[in-house]
Amino acid sequence: MLKFDVSKIREDFPILGRKIRGKNLVYFDNASTSQKPKAVLEALQRYYAETNANVHRGIHALSQQATDQCEAVRAQTARFLHASGPEQIVFTRNATEAINLVAYAWGRKFLKAGDEILLTGMEHHSNIVPWQILAQEKGSQLKFAPILEDGCLDLEGLKTLLTPRTKLFAFTAMNNAFGTINPVAELLGLAREQGVLTLVDAAQWTPHLRTDVAAWDCDFLVFSAHKMLGPTGLGVLYGKKKLLESMDPFLGGGDMIREVHLSHSTYNEIPYKFEAGTPHIGGIVAFGAALEYLSRLGWEAIDRHERGLTRYAMDALSQEKELRIYGPSQPERRGGILSFNLEGVHAHDVGTILDTEGVAVRAGHHCCQPLMRRFKTSGTVRASFYFYNTVDEVDVMLRAIRKVKEFFKVKVP
Amino acid sequence: MEGDAELQDLYREVLLDYFRSTRHRGRVASPDIESQGINPLCGDEVVLTVSVRGGVVEDCKIDGHGCVISQSSAAMMSEAVKGQTLEEASKLAEGFKRAMLGQSSFDDLPDVLDEARALEGVQKYPARIKCALLSWNTLLLGVRSHKEGKKEVQYQEK
Repeated sequence: MLKFDVSKIREDFPILGRKIRGKNLVYFDNASTSQKPKAVLEALQRYYAETNANVHRGIHALSQQATDQCEAVRAQTARFLHASGPEQIVFTRNATEAINLVAYAWGRKFLKAGDEILLTGMEHHSNIVPWQILAQEKGSQLKFAPILEDGCLDLEGLKTLLTPRTKLFAFTAMNNAFGTINPVAELLGLAREQGVLTLVDAAQWTPHLRTDVAAWDCDFLVFSAHKMLGPTGLGVLYGKKKLLESMDPFLGGGDMIREVHLSHSTYNEIPYKFEAGTPHIGGIVAFGAALEYLSRLGWEAIDRHERGLTRYAMDALSQEKELRIYGPSQPERRGGILSFNLEGVHAHDVGTILDTEGVAVRAGHHCCQPLMRRFKTSGTVRASFYFYNTVDEVDVMLRAIRKVKEFFKVKVP
Repeated sequence: MEGDAELQDLYREVLLDYFRSTRHRGRVASPDIESQGINPLCGDEVVLTVSVRGGVVEDCKIDGHGCVISQSSAAMMSEAVKGQTLEEASKLAEGFKRAMLGQSSFDDLPDVLDEARALEGVQKYPARIKCALLSWNTLLLGVRSHKEGKKEVQYQEK
């Protein structure tokens, strides 16, 4: 394991040296997408320069090498998740598509009228809308576990919603708007007791915390490569082998078939059954470099650094009187995400002024409109950290926030 | 604040004045046009109520919530269209839109849009142009629907 030296790490990320409107870029929009280290960019370039060919088809050497590289990353992804085999790893376009895959291929086959799907009040739109479409089609019901004032799940309320009618419980491991970390193992245990299938939306979790699907014993898990140093356009669905095998295909086309006749087709084995068409081969290969980079840093070191940053930022922001921080107050219940509003100032105005200081944050509803409504706001300002961020950068943001207050002359009423 | 020319240029003092002012806020008692504009991206909302007499905008008030840009732009618009015929009001809105989208110069806007020129700085922040246009698009739809005999309409920024 390497010594955790942030200034050295930052040298691996070319974009972090950029100026924005004449100021040093302070990139605090990592929950949207992370930046990419040179190792990932080089892997992408090297793949196209040296190995580019289509996979699973060619009899020629290049095609074989491309296939081998792709399959090596599939195995690497399985190890990263502590999955028992590479056949449990399905490559998709993103976490959203992975959820849609389950809604389509599992839901359309196994869900019936009157069945229920349990979600939570803090889900990303991508973990709501696919289920709404499915429920409408099937005449099934969606239930939403309530959220407490501190942005955490109401576990007692949730328990009453897990009933014999519940067929699937799909929830986020870490909320993207407030950074709330859910008690994943406990939630999975509750569902298991009732014989309910589970899907973990780990899009915000996998970039920051060690993931172990074997220990969690979840049925499905999804995440996106681009939030964890990888390229955009690549997501992953993990599923238990028997479940994946029992499901119908998702998209039809090449690669997912065994034999095609004019009247019918037979399908390939998992995971290929769910991977129609040419996949994002270059992206998969580059994602291998991202996983390697993260494992060299080590999850403990990443977590320690990000927790330090979050605590520092929370302490500093809570000194600001006219500022409301959303989500859990205990740092151990949240990831490196700080969502806040300045009294009397719209989140977009805060976002724009921070941008003039080079600070990139997200302002808006963060694809979590139901959660925003629960907290009676149209949106928040969200600063989200990654391991390459520094305390100095948090200070830049703090100075920018003071500037917003001065500019709009925010006063305590 | 000194040394923040860029910021001063975007959030000009006149914008902040309009944002804070309550002159144009509220709803007219019995509106002939009621047009609600929403920007789903940020949740900004403008509710425009207009009373019309003899084809002329008698009163125009704005309700809703949102950022400095969307709300000050709405206030300026409500001021500019008062006393204008519906045709003139639509022309003003079209002219302002063209200027905002960089298809014509702010200098060529008619005098009645003098104050609205203060929104020129928004052009440097493409993500915010929709904020500035929300109320004007809401007005255009309101007037168009009024001609078709509809009173209440809803506009959604894409």
